[in-house]
Amino acid sequence: MSVKPVAYQPHWSDRFYLFAVLKGMVITLKHFFKKKYTVQYPEVKWPVPKGHRGAIRLNKDEQGRMLCVACEMCSTACPAKCITMKAAVSPWPDREKYPLTFEINMLRCILCGMCQEACPEKAIELTEIYDFSAYTRQDLIWDRERLLKNYDLTCDGRYFERSREETGL
Amino acid sequence: MFGMDWIDLGILLTKVMLVIAVNFLILMIMELAERRVSAFMQDRVGPNRVGPFGLLQPVADGIKFLFKEEITPSQVERTLYWLAPALVLVPALLTFSVIPFGMSFSAFGREITLQIADLQVGLLFIFALVSLAVYGTVLGGWAANSKYPLLGGLRASSQMISYELSIGMSIIGVLMLVGSLRLSEVVAYQTGSLFTILPRWNIFTQPLGFLIFLIASFAETNRLPFDLPETEPELVGGYHTEYSSMKFAMFFMGEYIALITTSALLTTLFLGGWDVPWVDEAALGSWGVLLSLAAFAVKTGFFLFLFLWVRWTLPRFRFDQLMHLGWKVLLPLAIVNILATGLFLYLAP
Repeated sequence: MSVKPVAYQPHWSDRFYLFAVLKGMVITLKHFFKKKYTVQYPEVKWPVPKGHRGAIRLNKDEQGRMLCVACEMCSTACPAKCITMKAAVSPWPDREKYPLTFEINMLRCILCGMCQEACPEKAIELTEIYDFSAYTRQDLIWDRERLLKNYDLTCDGRYFERSREETGL
Repeated sequence: MFGMDWIDLGILLTKVMLVIAVNFLILMIMELAERRVSAFMQDRVGPNRVGPFGLLQPVADGIKFLFKEEITPSQVERTLYWLAPALVLVPALLTFSVIPFGMSFSAFGREITLQIADLQVGLLFIFALVSLAVYGTVLGGWAANSKYPLLGGLRASSQMISYELSIGMSIIGVLMLVGSLRLSEVVAYQTGSLFTILPRWNIFTQPLGFLIFLIASFAETNRLPFDLPETEPELVGGYHTEYSSMKFAMFFMGEYIALITTSALLTTLFLGGWDVPWVDEAALGSWGVLLSLAAFAVKTGFFLFLFLWVRWTLPRFRFDQLMHLGWKVLLPLAIVNILATGLFLYLAP
């Protein structure tokens, strides 16, 4: 099998350049008026696909009580050993224990979702929040209230829509 | 002083200040427009954070440039190194002094022309200054005493020589028609209509000359697709590689001001200057003056947008392609244009 080299023979209109240039300019002008794909980030957050493993939340029941029963299954399952809790006698009659303190060290957390899988009460879950940087290391050690707040932000499943509505962008 | 009194001097100084101020204002707008237009053409939105629509972005950039560290590398030729940025900026600004940007009107008991100096050799003056501007680029490249700037400066000089010729030849056709180098007369010639439907602009009588002038002015102003003196992939930054802070900003400003004056010149030479087609501005009084200013601004703005538009459409030429285009295509075409115009003038009454 032999390859026959063929010299590039541009069409005369291409050799004239100007038509090709005009064609290109029409394309750029079309894009000039097209819809822009930029997401105005801090105000509008790009919605991540379902199943994204982001910041952790502690779920609440219908009465606003946390679901956690302080069984320590999550902290046992955690490969990064970032979950610590202190159990206490539950104030509610439907369970024995509840976490008096519940801390997740987000500096160590690798967002693997093992805690979510281990939890028998579906009390701990990973959310779609992906921007949780902080100015100090201390700010990334999340306590119980911080984790419950994540539930309030994401429980209606409209976390990203809300960010869009609030800014009107 | 040349038979001037204080009022004349005042008017002249006002005009000078106005032209410089407006030039710098447009420069700031261009700096933002370059980024916004490029963004829009790439389906992005560009800088929109500083001020409404990002309008204060140029101010922020200016402040940033002011506070950048001023570095003078040890190997540079100090005098020329400091002089070069000014040599780019000053001729670019001076060029505007002979361009008429509006209809003349009377006030304070005298005729006020909206042009700083109506020189008899206006066009030659412009070309003298445009060729001076290349000294800034070349000296900037040479004084930096470093290989990439030197290559950039070399390219700038050879590019200028090649395209200066074509640009000079391309307007000879216009000069033959107008019969004067005075830019106010070039504008005056273009008022009226051609074949009753077209305005008598030189773009219609000299289409080939216009095309050559337009292409060559891209090379003259170092704009893409002919920005070889500052190609970032192969020459780092070209002639301004060793410059920092405000000196670098001055190169940039000089480049944009050259862009503005070139657009204004294109308007004056080929698009009828401040002339509004089919309208007799003189009959409208002061509204006519405003109309003429607006017409000039719109036409110049169109060319400024064209420069941005082309920049974000075309890739850069190779250096041999650039030389090929300059010497083997544009120059012969310009000569053909001169011959054709001469033939036309000889045959037509």
